Amino acid sequence: MIKHMTTAIQNVQDYLENFTEFEKRATGRNLPWLRRLRDDTIARFYEVGFPTTHDEDWRFTNVSAIARTPFLLKEKGKIQLSKKDLAGGAIEGAPAQLVFVDGQFVRECSHFANLPRGVTIAGLKDQIANNPDAIEAYLGHYLDTRRDPFSALNTAFAEDGAYVHVPRGIVLDGPIHLLFVSTAADVPSMMHPRNLLVFDTETQGTVIEEYVSLGAGTVLCNSATELIAGESATVSHYMIEREHKQAFNISTLRIQQARSANVTSHSLLLGGGLVRNNVHPVLAGEGGECLINGLFLGDGRQHLDNYMHVEHASPHCSSRQFYNGILDGHAHGVFHGRIVVHKDAQKTDAKQTNRNLLLSDDAQIDTKPQLEIYADDVKCTHGATIGQIEENALFYLRSRGIDEISARRLLLFAFASECLDRMQPGAARDHSERLIHEHLLSVANHLPGQSSHTQTERSWEEVG
Amino acid sequence: MSLLQIKNLHVTVGGHEILKGIDLKLNPGEVHSIMGPNGSGKSTLAQVLARRQTYEVTQGEVLFNGKDLLAMKPEEAACEGLFMAFQYPVEIPGIGNTYFLRSALNAIRKYRGEDEMDAMDFLPMFREKLKLLEMDEKLLNRSVNEGFSGGEKKRNEILQMAVLQPKLAILDETDSGLDIDALRIVAKGVNGMRSPERAMLVVTHYQRLLNYIVPDYVHVLVDGRIVRSGGAELALELEEKGYSWTETEARQTPVSA
Repeated sequence: MIKHMTTAIQNVQDYLENFTEFEKRATGRNLPWLRRLRDDTIARFYEVGFPTTHDEDWRFTNVSAIARTPFLLKEKGKIQLSKKDLAGGAIEGAPAQLVFVDGQFVRECSHFANLPRGVTIAGLKDQIANNPDAIEAYLGHYLDTRRDPFSALNTAFAEDGAYVHVPRGIVLDGPIHLLFVSTAADVPSMMHPRNLLVFDTETQGTVIEEYVSLGAGTVLCNSATELIAGESATVSHYMIEREHKQAFNISTLRIQQARSANVTSHSLLLGGGLVRNNVHPVLAGEGGECLINGLFLGDGRQHLDNYMHVEHASPHCSSRQFYNGILDGHAHGVFHGRIVVHKDAQKTDAKQTNRNLLLSDDAQIDTKPQLEIYADDVKCTHGATIGQIEENALFYLRSRGIDEISARRLLLFAFASECLDRMQPGAARDHSERLIHEHLLSVANHLPGQSSHTQTERSWEEVG
Repeated sequence: MSLLQIKNLHVTVGGHEILKGIDLKLNPGEVHSIMGPNGSGKSTLAQVLARRQTYEVTQGEVLFNGKDLLAMKPEEAACEGLFMAFQYPVEIPGIGNTYFLRSALNAIRKYRGEDEMDAMDFLPMFREKLKLLEMDEKLLNRSVNEGFSGGEKKRNEILQMAVLQPKLAILDETDSGLDIDALRIVAKGVNGMRSPERAMLVVTHYQRLLNYIVPDYVHVLVDGRIVRSGGAELALELEEKGYSWTETEARQTPVSA
């Protein structure tokens, strides 16, 4: 134990050294505001270090495996990837695709020519180099780097990622697809993608963040996205995690909603070994609506943690959280639904539902609502269910000739499709549906008690 | 050869004996009715034949088409041509009616070595059967039994039967909870499926259904045993005298060891 602690502290020291090297060459190092932002956040991270399970926000997720691993930033120039490697990664109907390899924007593999005039899409690094004034008012203004060490760490290393600006009145037809690819790594490597999505007044659009792996190796992907939705903007955001099972994926989506903005967040956790999915909307203007929808499918020794933090800061806003989880093998799922209703946020209407299916005796779910209400005229409800596949339904399907594996798969897909039903029809939903289908086909191919694969994966508590 | 032959079937649930030696034979083309009071074991018999696993068969054997039915999984029994219309059809949110039934039909066709049916061929046939049961086409797009009324659920069972065309259809209290109009529609659907190749086992508490689906044979099940068998007129006699009449007989029947 003491040895581990020493290692962890040593490791925080390593991050500081990594940062010192990073800052010498980082784009935007000459911009005082950006330098201050990075310096402040690395100082914050150095001060608090990685969270432990004593920390209420991290009670169910042990990140000591991350803390103990010496991750290095991947150097540019070592990336070898062709368009061919990315074949199949495209989404039909997406007018723009930005590809990031090991956290760095790769222009040659990206396309975004077919967008309405006035829309800006760029790698964040290019944006910092070419027109930093446009982002100064947003970057780092919303993410809670005081409370969350990973957000602090991301901000300290913030350099590349996606920048999207949709000016007033523009409606985007198809989704903007941000594809983050991690490549094979001989030594543990890390990346801190940082995205800034700015939707002005009366705009409409969809952004998909998708994380995939090409090649094995221990990798930490610690991403953060600030999404600003202006007055009456309608924005959908998709977070799709399907990295391999050696990946640590920490993602934070911070949504800032102005008056009457309508934002939808969809999360699909299909991959990753240890995943933490933070969604943090702040309903800052009156009459805002927020739908947070998610599906997490875990097996083996996957650990999938969903941490919701919905802040009602203005009156007459509504929020809906629906998360469905299916866990098999030794997988461990977490749903933490925190709703904070500020003093002046009267007439708040907040609802939270978390439904889980456990397919094996060893699968585990921790579900925890946390309501903090400081206004007196509000409606907040929450509910959680944990169950197994319903035997009656299974027998019904089988009695009509459908074999047991297919029947189980049908029922799982039906459970998962509750999440699909909450997505607007279109390319993003079709893409999600295809991924869920493929995933269930590859996972739900055995009967309970039989293992679909050999247990070669590590337990996160055992790593180190 | 009989389509279904039940020999000395004993079944227990949770250590409690429900069926205490059932013998029954169904030939193709015959409609048999099993009548009995609540708790007599009617539904248990239907469920065991449909291969529900919660029941323990302690003695006896069942041959379906000459094959050992009790060794079959529910899906195998279905593929061999057995169909049970559920007393309480299950709601399955998220699975569309059409998709479900086409999957079932194709599973059965595949088992028999036939080609799978694509949506283009399936839909016209499905629509025709819907009309037969006077069901709204909207039900095509809804989830299986979700939000259906009691009558719609029962009609949906007969619809499935009409699509799957089983060799043996077991109707488990299909009449319960139906008003007279729905009962007529259901009966019409069932009667339309009577054929020299198909046998039916109609399980019911009341004689009313048998006015519309007239059986060839009636068996009275009391306390896990068939205490009387006869023709359709037995149902009327039962209606008149009540089950207490046969219950008295049941007590007088010596228990064979």
